[in-house]
Amino acid sequence: MSLKQIKSVFGNGVFVTGNDIDTDRIIPARFMKCVTFEGLGKYTFYDVRFDELGNSKNHQLDKLEHQGASILISGSNFGCGSSREHAPQALFHFAIRAIIAESFAEIFFGNCTTLGIPCVTVTHEIARQIGEITEQNPKAAIEIDLEKKLIKIKSDSSSIGTYSFEIPENARISLVNGEWDSLGELLSNQDTVKELVGKLPYANNWK
Amino acid sequence: MGQNLFNKVWNLHSVKTLASGQTQLFIGLHLIHEVTSPQAFGMIRSLDLKVIHPERTFATVDHIIPTDTRQRPFKDFLAEEMIVAIKDNCEQYGIKYFGVETGQQGIVHIIGPEMGLTQPGMTIACGDSHTSTHGAFGAIAFGIGTSQVRDILATQTIAMNKLKVRRINVNGKLKPGVYAKDITLHIIRILGVKGGIGYAYEYGGSTIEALSMEERMTLCNMSIEGGARVGYVNPDQITFDYLEGREYAPKGADWEKAISYWKSIASDKDAEYDDIVNIKAEDIAPTVTWGINPGQAIGIDENIPTLEQVEESEKETLIEALEYMKLISSQPIQGTKINVAFIGSCTNGRISDFEEVAKYVKGFKVAPGVRALVVPGSMSVKVEAEKRGLHKVFEEAGFEWREAGCSMCLAMNPDKLKGDEICASSSNRNFKGRQGSPTGRTLLMSPLMVAAAAIKGEVTDARKVFNL
Repeated sequence: MSLKQIKSVFGNGVFVTGNDIDTDRIIPARFMKCVTFEGLGKYTFYDVRFDELGNSKNHQLDKLEHQGASILISGSNFGCGSSREHAPQALFHFAIRAIIAESFAEIFFGNCTTLGIPCVTVTHEIARQIGEITEQNPKAAIEIDLEKKLIKIKSDSSSIGTYSFEIPENARISLVNGEWDSLGELLSNQDTVKELVGKLPYANNWK
Repeated sequence: MGQNLFNKVWNLHSVKTLASGQTQLFIGLHLIHEVTSPQAFGMIRSLDLKVIHPERTFATVDHIIPTDTRQRPFKDFLAEEMIVAIKDNCEQYGIKYFGVETGQQGIVHIIGPEMGLTQPGMTIACGDSHTSTHGAFGAIAFGIGTSQVRDILATQTIAMNKLKVRRINVNGKLKPGVYAKDITLHIIRILGVKGGIGYAYEYGGSTIEALSMEERMTLCNMSIEGGARVGYVNPDQITFDYLEGREYAPKGADWEKAISYWKSIASDKDAEYDDIVNIKAEDIAPTVTWGINPGQAIGIDENIPTLEQVEESEKETLIEALEYMKLISSQPIQGTKINVAFIGSCTNGRISDFEEVAKYVKGFKVAPGVRALVVPGSMSVKVEAEKRGLHKVFEEAGFEWREAGCSMCLAMNPDKLKGDEICASSSNRNFKGRQGSPTGRTLLMSPLMVAAAAIKGEVTDARKVFNL
């Protein structure tokens, strides 16, 4: 399978404040009654964005100046809770292409990487700084450079900040090399799988 | 130095190191349900792939199934579409499906163990984060996303990073009225909701070794709430006794071979760990959450924390939680009025949970105005409970006795909170909106604490209500 090499993500940012933003908040369970992921985008952060009558609360994500933002900035333990891929799928269909946060829940991080959504980690202070830049200057151009591990922010082509970030090296490599969905590689090793099964007592009828 | 169970089982299942540095890991048992699998089958079809080991995948329906009536088609046509999809997918690919018609339907983390599918020394994956439950048997069990469901269907393997292992010792005797649920809430409270990121939790010590299999399942179930994708207990005689004679457990000559394999994968006495935490059983009280994540918990006798009492990094979440929960710092959690009481879920929906609660609620009545539900985790649990007459005890006390399913744990079926109702719940998550109403409020606690709250109409100490 040929996948896009994700060496950089460019876009505008939107700051969703808070820690421990769980997958139920990213996509409330009641919208998961679906057999495909296609329609999930509009329900992203639904209860945060709309009241019980469906009226917009004018959340950051819906503000005119943040329309088209593709880089989400948030706090610590982002994506905790359920393993539902519906959460990163909803964000993807909401046109989010990268996330900058203080830390990520593990299953969510893996799910995002498999969809080609880089999740990069910065300190509390830097997340806040970048978040505030996007609030004051929604059109600030953010580049997440996965080769140099740098977040570069420009306004009217002059630099207003460069920050280093962390990302587990194997996720970074797989994104940069266009191998973030490992299915192709997994399929190619089936002979080795067979060998292993032959040695596993329970997978081999206890022989 | 010896090896721990996680490393032994991981090594036995490692196929290869991938280009990214991740491990290709063989999955011995794959469980699927209706919510996170249909998209994976869609991917398999669009890529023109086969299901390589249909005999290693087992399916059931739990999240969306109504628990008040089994009448088909379901009123909710989206739920109907999903149940039809899983049945069709299983038929097409030759996967064993435990639908309602088989009498073996139930929450995926309840039926795996009760049928003996879950065994020590396996790798077990399911598109559901509470797959950590199966670690109770000494398996490496974890939740996965739908793309990984696809990977397992197509290759019986996934790409994964190896975890570090934290040994959590709990030693001593639990006080009366303190259960496995309290142990896990206590651990999460101490280590935090992100304390386990990057770790597998190995639970051990005299308290853990004395727990029944069902209690160990409750404990391992909530590992993920502490950030740990995997939680496990080493297999021992209690494990073997539980498994013996179950439908899918090894039989005859295989049984002895199985036991010898299971013993071989247990952690060595001198095993190394990346971290060790020690907890005293006597320090654990009946524990209740007051906030919007499972780490925001206190002992029943304590007061809701103030800003000064929490760490700097927790202050923002504390303010957010109190605003959402409409609770006040420094007030006791006891006396908080409840509207709904829920006993069930993959955390506490097993026969021993119901047996324990039924023992005490006899002769009591649910407080007026409280909606109280008891929902068996599987059809087998329901049959067994009815055989023991437990349903009568609950019904006489004013609880509704339901059909098997996830019910009010997660709001994908008709069992939901309304408005800002408060629910005393034996489930595992107290996230905002988790129980179906965007303003609904959840207080997590043990099943007996839920029963006490149902009877008093407010959060209360079960030990006092039931004279423990």
